Amino acid sequence: MILIGLGYGCKGGAATAALASDAAKRVYVAPGEKDEVYAFLSGGFSGQMSVYGIPSTRLFKIIPVFSVFPENGYGYDEETKNMLRTTNGYVPWDDSHHIEASMTDGKQDGRWLFMNANNSPRLARIDLRSFETKEIIEIPNSAGNHASPFATENTEYLMAATRFSVPIPQASVPIENFSKGDFKGTVSMVKVDPKSGRLSIELQILVPGFDYDLSHCGKGKSHDWCFFTSYNSEQAYKMIEVGASKNDKDYILAFNWVRAKQCLDQGKASNFGGEYYRNYLPENQPAISEKLSGVKMLQPKDCPGVMYYMPTPKSPHGTDVDPTGEYIVGGGKLATVIPVHSFSKLMDVKDKPEHRSGMIMDIPILKYESTLAGEVKKPCLGPLHTEFDGKGYAYTSCFVSSEVVKWELGTWEVEQHLPAYYSVGHLSIVGGSSKDPYGKYLIALNKITKDRYLPVGMELPQSAQLYDISGGKAELLSDFPTVGEPHYSQMIPAKLLMDKAAKIYPLEENKHPYAIKNEKDARVVREGNTVRVYMTQIRSHFKPDTIEVRSGDTVFFHVTNLEQDFDIPHGFAVGGAPEMPNLLIMPGQTRTFKWKAPKPGIYPFYCTDFCSALHQEMQQYIRVLP
Amino acid sequence: MKIIKNIIKFGKITPVLLGLIAFSYCGKEKPAEAESSVGSKGIGPVTSVTLGTLDEGMAQKGKQNFETKCSACHKFEEKVVGPALKGVTERRTPEWIMNMILNPMEMTQKDPIAQELLAEHLTQMTFQNVQESEAREILEYLRKMDKK
Repeated sequence: MILIGLGYGCKGGAATAALASDAAKRVYVAPGEKDEVYAFLSGGFSGQMSVYGIPSTRLFKIIPVFSVFPENGYGYDEETKNMLRTTNGYVPWDDSHHIEASMTDGKQDGRWLFMNANNSPRLARIDLRSFETKEIIEIPNSAGNHASPFATENTEYLMAATRFSVPIPQASVPIENFSKGDFKGTVSMVKVDPKSGRLSIELQILVPGFDYDLSHCGKGKSHDWCFFTSYNSEQAYKMIEVGASKNDKDYILAFNWVRAKQCLDQGKASNFGGEYYRNYLPENQPAISEKLSGVKMLQPKDCPGVMYYMPTPKSPHGTDVDPTGEYIVGGGKLATVIPVHSFSKLMDVKDKPEHRSGMIMDIPILKYESTLAGEVKKPCLGPLHTEFDGKGYAYTSCFVSSEVVKWELGTWEVEQHLPAYYSVGHLSIVGGSSKDPYGKYLIALNKITKDRYLPVGMELPQSAQLYDISGGKAELLSDFPTVGEPHYSQMIPAKLLMDKAAKIYPLEENKHPYAIKNEKDARVVREGNTVRVYMTQIRSHFKPDTIEVRSGDTVFFHVTNLEQDFDIPHGFAVGGAPEMPNLLIMPGQTRTFKWKAPKPGIYPFYCTDFCSALHQEMQQYIRVLP
Repeated sequence: MKIIKNIIKFGKITPVLLGLIAFSYCGKEKPAEAESSVGSKGIGPVTSVTLGTLDEGMAQKGKQNFETKCSACHKFEEKVVGPALKGVTERRTPEWIMNMILNPMEMTQKDPIAQELLAEHLTQMTFQNVQESEAREILEYLRKMDKK
């Protein structure tokens, strides 16, 4: 509790006992050496994902996911713009909170990452060979896809639950009807094809109108279950910060997804409305965007045993399952304890009437003490989210007191308080949400950084802090500014990914409908007022290199990069083009730049990515005729 | 990043080599210093190639690959991005040609002839993801063109 005194005004905070004395050496990665871990951070309001090396904390890449990206043309070109299509139209931005890594038998397998979009409910799959977004699926019958995407042990399904309950199906009803039961939430089961990773919505379950916040799925003995936190069980609709904090306890929803699937197979789910888009980017081809209609909806009353509520103090945020699958840790952000539920106890008591205190929408409410394994007493202020080191310890972030507490599973005793600068949200341990943590590094994702860095105007970067948790006492090693406001992260050992990284798109496999594979096919084809330029790039020239079009023509530059050499993308930009930014075209890839030919004149085009000694000469002209 | 790599590569060309008279691809004015490289097999996976009579089928496959992966930079009669290739099978060993196709980065860093060529043309030859069997077919196509 001493640490509560560390307010935002604290100066020189890193010079505390928690900082390792040889910290600089432990984060130093010498020139030519590589980092040990990839950290993937969600982008918060940037809608992107960023990739850092750990322990150096160097930023390596920003992967565009839900927001357009002028650096490489994602979301603008003819190939990727359909990735951002939704039932609300083209949505070029989102708010990304959580990242999940694909798993096999509860262990990270290095195939895909998944990330949610909260604002326009969506879920994305990122391929870890190319570090590119390959699929985005919209979640229908949802308002605010916050408790998402959390994977089952073999990535059979991703779970997605609604943050904002609304009338489902949508209807304009008086807002005060929220507390009369007119507002509902949904839990979606998004199926992941085990070979291709393709996503489909298999089932939705209609749940009471609370705010569903976070989730984690079970492992080992709790394989069949996922757990969702909820707040606003009061169903307040005015001044929610007060109204939603009245109850002493809200709930963790225990959801048996195997049972739900059984009920689906027994025909207990009914056809329900809901339109949604599924956008898929096949390798080196334009995105395929499909509009789908209708889902299967299950009512909890038609599937007994599918859900139970476990009361949890108070306004819980994180619900985290330890590597053994036994403990479900709640993060009651307004609570004075960290409650830990026992999966074995849940199994014992769930169908015994004496352990129930009521029902909501036919979902039994269990008694708090009946499933409780223990409580970590007075750990800190504002416990949020817990990760595990695989050695019997848990680390919980504490937002209000700006610290990380290390505590022991089973004894529920706090071992260590680690200061964080400041207002820490999620934590991430390498593999920490899997069955098999690689408990060496922990990062804390902080919301506030005032006084930590050189000020850069009134908006400061958000920040992450790196701790070494390999020894007896955790030690602070360094901190680093982040992109957007990252909410969660997955960290994966580099050895699981490095050898898989794609280097080129093989030209012979390029099935893009407008690809050309050698220069002699380069040409300009007119179809009425549309002009298609079949163009190639290689160090350091374009073909065709002089082009004539007419003012008002719609010109498609279908550009194929003929290089088959790692790390040699070419850029493509047209002088003054008002609607398209730069394109970066990977070796062997074809991408399309759409251009409305403006008033007559001479317009240059050029390569924007420095490619060779003759890079500056990689430029040509388009003549626009009257 | 890429420009830095290129600078490093250029930095590896020793002043001695930069001082050489630009290598002439017609093979008539080889400077004395390069004589030691004559007959060089270059550096790469290919150590020995046995040439037979021209194999038309292989040459045809080689032509297709050449057009996709090489022709953007190489013509036979004139320098474009890289040197003109007419006569290449007479002035280089078959091993050197295949190693240049398969291992151009190391070749331009270590092989004296390849270093000279980079100094002259100033564009790093690209590895175009060509398999060894395909390089052999391209070689056969180059032989065919030289026999014309």
